[in-house]
Amino acid sequence: MSSTSSPSSVLVETPLRVVGTRPVRPDGIEKVNGRALYGADVQLPGALQGRVLRSPHAHARIRRIDTSAAAALPGVRAVITARDLPPAPDRVEEMGDRTTSLRYVTDNLLASEKVLYQGHAVAAVAATSDAIAEAALALIQVDYELLPVVMTAGAALAPGAPQILPGLRAERMGQRDPQPSNLASMVRHERGDLEAGFRRAKVVIDRRFRTETVHQGYIEPHATTAICQPDGQVTIWATTQGIFSVRSQIAAVLQIPLAHIKVIPTEIGGGFGGKITVYLEPLAVVLSRKAGSLPVRLVMSRTEVLTSTGPTAGSDIRIRMGADASGKLTAAHAELYYEAGAFPGSPVGAALVVSFAPYACATMRVDGYDVIVNRPRSAAYRAPGGTNVAFGVESVVDELAAALSIDPIEFRLRNGVKEGDLRPNNEPYARIGHLECLRALQQTEHYRSPLTGRNRGRGVACGAWGNWGGQSSATAALNADGSVSLNTASTDIGGSRASIAMQLAESLGISYEQVKPRIGDTDSVSHNDVTGGSRTTFATGWAAYELGQKIAAEMTARLAAAWKISAEAITRKSGGFASGTQAVDFAEAARIACDDEPLMVSVTVNPKLYGAGFSAQCVDVEVDPDTGKVTIVRYTIVQDAGRAVHPSYVEGQMQGGVAQGVGWALNEEYVYNERGELLNGSFLDYRMPTACDLPMIETVIVEVANPGHPYGVRGVGEVNIIPPAGAIANAIHQATGLRMGALPMSPPRVLSALLARKNGSKGCGAVSQG
Amino acid sequence: MKSVVEFTLNGEGRAVLCEPRQTLLEILREEIRLTGTKEGCSNGNCGACNVLLDGVLVNSCLILAVEVQGRSIVTVEGLARPDGTLHPLQQAFLDHAALQCGVCTPGFLLSAKALLDEKPNPTETEVRYWLAGNLCRCTGYDKIVRAVLDVARSSAPSTPTR
Ligand code: FES
Ligand code: FES
Repeated sequence: MSSTSSPSSVLVETPLRVVGTRPVRPDGIEKVNGRALYGADVQLPGALQGRVLRSPHAHARIRRIDTSAAAALPGVRAVITARDLPPAPDRVEEMGDRTTSLRYVTDNLLASEKVLYQGHAVAAVAATSDAIAEAALALIQVDYELLPVVMTAGAALAPGAPQILPGLRAERMGQRDPQPSNLASMVRHERGDLEAGFRRAKVVIDRRFRTETVHQGYIEPHATTAICQPDGQVTIWATTQGIFSVRSQIAAVLQIPLAHIKVIPTEIGGGFGGKITVYLEPLAVVLSRKAGSLPVRLVMSRTEVLTSTGPTAGSDIRIRMGADASGKLTAAHAELYYEAGAFPGSPVGAALVVSFAPYACATMRVDGYDVIVNRPRSAAYRAPGGTNVAFGVESVVDELAAALSIDPIEFRLRNGVKEGDLRPNNEPYARIGHLECLRALQQTEHYRSPLTGRNRGRGVACGAWGNWGGQSSATAALNADGSVSLNTASTDIGGSRASIAMQLAESLGISYEQVKPRIGDTDSVSHNDVTGGSRTTFATGWAAYELGQKIAAEMTARLAAAWKISAEAITRKSGGFASGTQAVDFAEAARIACDDEPLMVSVTVNPKLYGAGFSAQCVDVEVDPDTGKVTIVRYTIVQDAGRAVHPSYVEGQMQGGVAQGVGWALNEEYVYNERGELLNGSFLDYRMPTACDLPMIETVIVEVANPGHPYGVRGVGEVNIIPPAGAIANAIHQATGLRMGALPMSPPRVLSALLARKNGSKGCGAVSQG
Repeated sequence: MKSVVEFTLNGEGRAVLCEPRQTLLEILREEIRLTGTKEGCSNGNCGACNVLLDGVLVNSCLILAVEVQGRSIVTVEGLARPDGTLHPLQQAFLDHAALQCGVCTPGFLLSAKALLDEKPNPTETEVRYWLAGNLCRCTGYDKIVRAVLDVARSSAPSTPTR
């Protein structure tokens, strides 16, 4: 039996029967016939419909809120403001996607003294119909005193900038600043003598980059239904990446014991990191309590999703790298200013570790700044922070390689990390597949084919992501007919029911069809961390592996008792069990094993050797010289999956991550006016890629087994979104000769850069010199 | 003022009391409680709410319920045969792993059906243009496009024109 910290054996060399096949997912039928229930599909008898009043202003003091007229409207059953939430202590806890003060979490749910971004919630209503709830919102009077808005990291850190969070003093490398500012924290990792490293370089490239705020863009808006019973027992239906995270956030904010809260997961229509933070759930609970314990349903509009949830941080980035004549890096330096939004917690910490992660370099310094601005509180988004910094690093690496006349993949191979090399935070890598990915990309027909056509360019980039393990628990019951009921509580956001059930089937020696996976509520199994950090197929899959081992051991013991022989005398044979004289198939063994007593096993795990993920990508683009529009002509992604449990869903993750990266690179951005009002809060104007904007996305799965998992699995969900912006920027450079310094590389920006070059001035999107 | 609106839904007659402001999407989801038709944006930009109205693909969030008087609607719940046998597109989406979270899937299925009803043997480019009204944030569209092309090829033997 393996322990949770290290596997007893790595089975990756063993041929596997189930892992690596492509069965239809167990929840497939319900998702193609419309019967699967997502967040907004929960319709309880007698449910009230809620709405949230949101600030039209990006920064204002709330002088007074008058809800009396709304409360008096016939059909309105409850109106709440920040006063209806328990006063929050300034206590730092792990909550949702970050460790932060409870005060900030509460204040993001309903603004108390100030509104800090357009869309910040200030009140909520529950009524007998949605139309009445909407009418009630219009009756709530809020008296605002407008304050100056601060929209970018640069403006927020300028001397004399308006203070957004009163009293916020930065934590700078462990020390608290004496003076308040809009800087929440500053973190540095370093090794070696930086300036000496740059002096050894033949070429030094020093560039600045800007990336705009983008949203996760899941198609299902946030939605919830909650009931708070008079005795304080709470039931919540949530579309979330983690029901236990919802439970602990609500318990902390509303000061309810964990065991009094039951969170029931619905199907989830995408999350990408954005469905970890709670926005609606605590409000629905408080509304239900105030409305006499009737169920309350809250559903966001698309505009609310864009103004008030997510997004990920915009950033200002400086990348400086040097290489010697042989193409070896001598020094690397990054300064990252990430816009956290209205509360601390941008992904700049993760970005520091992503920054130069693919590169072995003895001399390195990475500085990260978490900056408060009047934008929505940023949330995790697929490989949080990675795409921003990799856009800069991969552009600079491309310039270095070109300056030294080295092929861009060759340059990356020469400097690529392998087992034992250090990450930017000075932790060593275990066995990783970075070089294998680069070599696989070099070998693709795509990379070897000549680039043809006018205005076309080809770019490559790579990326690394640490992945995660986290806590999982699961139970499994053996049924007397040999089928197995598997109970987990990890949100299935893209096929993980299948990949987890497959690992149980593999471990137990049965077929995939014999395992019925079910995702339970918070009362059904113990804690499961969120589906995020590329952890679920890895860690909950590990739990499933252990369940299989435990069931097999228990079956063997019971067969031994029935056959009156020792357990050691029983061996496994083509799924069944055998001793010297007798053999039974799995179903018969199950019948015997369950004859006198039910057979159920449970497992809890927290595997630590999760194994970093790597991806290398190649893109061909065509740039329209008249409009600046960039078309993706061909795209290839190579990614190390460790072992692909269900290759179709691994490819799906790769293709989906690339598609999001392409959107980030080419079109997506939050556009604000000078008052901090979002100008493109709809899917018409917040332009995500459609089927027309993409070609087929060619995938190559590399399998460098992760020594930290029984089947060699690595997480595959995130690293794929890191390289696209850099790869596309490099392709645009080859097509036009222009280095783009800002995302998105949208038609206006590219056209402006093209025209500026023609006119001999600097375009708004072109790179600035460091 | 509510009025009774009568229409055919997935082959069966329906009569629903509607307010003039209510959309077809709202009626389907909240009154008839067929929640397979999804709301992703409510302003015609995501296609999650797509249904067929007299065989024509529409965004049900942009149609008022009172407009469907006397007309015929097909939703995702009406795609499979009455005995539960999946429509070839539904089966192809499963076989090709053309869904991850699945919330966009009903809309894509209706769009793809409307395409193949009109043009049984489309090219990849035609499929992509036709599906451009449906947003999927999970898949990158690759497997969706392959699933649709696969159904077209297995039901229409002649080769597509490029
Ligand atoms: S909900 Fe109708 S198009 Fe998005
Ligand atoms: S599968 Fe999630 S949006 Fe398409």
